[in-house]
Amino acid sequence: MLNRRHMLQTVLGTGAAWGASSLLPAWAKSSSNGNLGVPSLSGTRFDLEIGQFPVRLNGKVGMATGINGTLPGPLLRLREGDDVTMNVTNRLAEDTSIHWHGLLVPFHMDGVPGVSFPGIKPGETFKYQFKVPQNGTYWYHSHSGLQEQLGHYGPIVIDPAGTDPVAYDREYVLVLSDWSFTHPHRIFDKLKKNAESLNFNRPTLSNPTGLGGMWGQMRMSPRDLADVTGETYTYLINGHSTADNFNMVFQPGERVRLRIINASAMTLFNVRLPGLPMTVVQADGLNVQPVETDEFQMGVAETYDVIIAPTEARAYAFVAESIDRSGQAVATLGPRAGMRADAPALRAVPMLTMRDMGMAHGDMAGMSGMEGMDHSPDTSMDTDMSDHAMKGHDMGTMSMQPDPNGAAVQPVKIEADIERGPGVAKVSGMTMSRLGEPGLGLDDVPHRTLTYNQLRALDMNEDHRPPGREIVIHLTSNMERYMWSFDGVKFSEVTESIKFYEGERVRLTLVNDTMMPHPIHLHGMFFDLVNGGGHHMPRKHTVTVKPADRVSVDITAEHVGDWAFHCHLLYHMHAGMMQVVSVIPPADDTTPAEKMPAGQMNMPMDHHGMNHGEGKS
Amino acid sequence: MMKPNLAAPLLLGFALYATGSAFAEDTNQTPPWDQADAIYGEDAMADARRDVLAEGGDQKSFYILFNQLEAQMSDEGDSLYWNGQAWYGGDINKLWFKSEGRASLNGEGVDDAEIQALYSRAVAPFWNVQAGVRYDIEPDSLAHGVVALNGLAPYWFEVDASAFLSEKGDVTARIEAEYELLLTQRLILQPRIEANLSAQDIPERETGAGLSTLDAGLRLRYEIRREFAPYVGVEWQSAFGETRDMIKAAGGEGDDIVFLVGLRTWY
Repeated sequence: MLNRRHMLQTVLGTGAAWGASSLLPAWAKSSSNGNLGVPSLSGTRFDLEIGQFPVRLNGKVGMATGINGTLPGPLLRLREGDDVTMNVTNRLAEDTSIHWHGLLVPFHMDGVPGVSFPGIKPGETFKYQFKVPQNGTYWYHSHSGLQEQLGHYGPIVIDPAGTDPVAYDREYVLVLSDWSFTHPHRIFDKLKKNAESLNFNRPTLSNPTGLGGMWGQMRMSPRDLADVTGETYTYLINGHSTADNFNMVFQPGERVRLRIINASAMTLFNVRLPGLPMTVVQADGLNVQPVETDEFQMGVAETYDVIIAPTEARAYAFVAESIDRSGQAVATLGPRAGMRADAPALRAVPMLTMRDMGMAHGDMAGMSGMEGMDHSPDTSMDTDMSDHAMKGHDMGTMSMQPDPNGAAVQPVKIEADIERGPGVAKVSGMTMSRLGEPGLGLDDVPHRTLTYNQLRALDMNEDHRPPGREIVIHLTSNMERYMWSFDGVKFSEVTESIKFYEGERVRLTLVNDTMMPHPIHLHGMFFDLVNGGGHHMPRKHTVTVKPADRVSVDITAEHVGDWAFHCHLLYHMHAGMMQVVSVIPPADDTTPAEKMPAGQMNMPMDHHGMNHGEGKS
Repeated sequence: MMKPNLAAPLLLGFALYATGSAFAEDTNQTPPWDQADAIYGEDAMADARRDVLAEGGDQKSFYILFNQLEAQMSDEGDSLYWNGQAWYGGDINKLWFKSEGRASLNGEGVDDAEIQALYSRAVAPFWNVQAGVRYDIEPDSLAHGVVALNGLAPYWFEVDASAFLSEKGDVTARIEAEYELLLTQRLILQPRIEANLSAQDIPERETGAGLSTLDAGLRLRYEIRREFAPYVGVEWQSAFGETRDMIKAAGGEGDDIVFLVGLRTWY
């Protein structure tokens, strides 16, 4: 083990001559340091130490909390089906944990303190043991406090037990993240006191949209795209800022696989390689039917694998631009080591529209002619129109499944009444599926952009059952008070978890009442994204829900246990945008059928522990 | 001097009690989930569960803001003026302090100084109701009960409206409103008004019934950091009606234009 004090002395003592690169794992060193491939920490037994260590970024030294002394932590290269042991030792003065993001491990190995295990105390070694259940690109990170912001994350690549359907000559893992020299508790504190104080793209006298009109009346800002911005963050690719110029090398004609992981605390990234199309082959670790695009937006915690096939012997920029265009991280992909591609300038800051506001039904008067008002057929004008919403955008999927018992039964729908209040500034009266739209701010770029609707699972889905129940969850907030919650109830106020029954097929519908996109993650099971994909719905562990979006996912509740369910924007989770989904055996007391008789459509389901949760049909 | 004053400590005690009981939690409830208890033990999981829940939205913050900390210069003399607030608490319940006052820079001591201690409760997305006590140290010791409405009005106006009932039975009110116009991301113009009203004449304070004083100012600050912003400004300070007459009778002017230099800072 490296001695921390010695390392600190080394860094401070030799100053600029000794950069952060020697703290990096071999695979994260750029090719100019002699790394042409992706060496990995592999095998079946891993010793991981969580500690503090200095890192140097843009000439400034900061203190990181992370794994084995590197930012990001080591790549864990696993093989599908192996039994692995992870010995995680806590060298911090506080509790820590590791969550294996997207891996379907037994719930008591899932690594969420207070939900699936007690956490790892200082000085303690916790032994995670599980059979590697799948293959693909994943990552791991702390689920304790705000440690993730401090560098406590790393990538996982799992090689398939059989042959990989994706052919490639070379591969690189690209871990995108947002580093801050300000301590995360201070960042959170500032957000609580002055939620807009970290935003330096606010409406001004010369750019006044947001001061008046509907925005001013609602006290919401069309420039509120990110809570924490490039003013606070240094954006990183494999621990390197743009100045460090992370290098990747290719030979013209090669197929290069990029395994891109958004390991940020708060930053959604727009990813592109100007002049080079990308073919998306995997999303969230699971293979998708290849789809070619030029740019995509990735929510925090999402992963995308893309194939690029450069034929020219020139340097290409790999650009990860933050959603609010306040900063970016740029790496170089070139035929030789040490090249530097021209970094494109930051693009104009996008603005939210009335469509993002999801104007309430009653507020529609005088709204005609407002930009972005799209009365598409799958618009749900208010929450009572579930029949319409179901038929409008989902019967395609459901009708493909002949039901031996006759016509498909309308699923029991459970939805809380959401009221405005201190923690809920707005309830979107008009939400609609936005799966057919690219990421926020990408609708007017002059090239192709990826949408969720384009994703199709490569393998046929295993579970074709229509869902028996639909649980609607509203994503709620009051930006002014920096309050974030599900159904208006902060995690600290939760008295009862959401219940799924083992073996059931359940639909989760996420309705975004806030003005921000939220990458929503459910541990322990995949979301089958209801995007018209028939039996090839893409399966994701994290789905980004746009403002005023209404996203449905179908879930097969297979693994009994308590599973964390939260927004993966770290400070939103920290402010309360989290719940727990308990998958419980139906034999517990009654069967799901008895609990949820088909005829009983109005049964109250107090799934979030507040008494206003009244079921609706 | 003033008689012993019990009202202020009593009201402050009540505010603290109300705040404290609002923070109190119900500890006797069944756990919202408990499947890991069978594997790791009930006690270990109960502690971790309490922590993870508290970390999910039950954090408390301490905030302090000097909205104005400034030197005011006019023909009538120079003075130091402050207007600030501080709070401690969670999203809904807070203990909230406000202070405002003025000291002469011509060696005549402190003219006005008051401090308020309030229990604040968020009642709507943008509004808090507040209740508690105000204690004047200068010009003379005087306690008041306070109710206030504080928040953000449509079109981004910050509003603080307070009503006061003094221990002598006098009813007064104060309305403060301000706006922050960003000229650039760091150069900010802050128009601000403060109006004082009274339900009756209060001769010992040179206050007449009705609108007694109105200050309307413009402050231009530069946020070197968001938390640290020096400013310059100008303010028109005027007295009205009976109040104006009383001030003039005492040899003062009814209105004044002051130039100011100050620092707006928060933590």
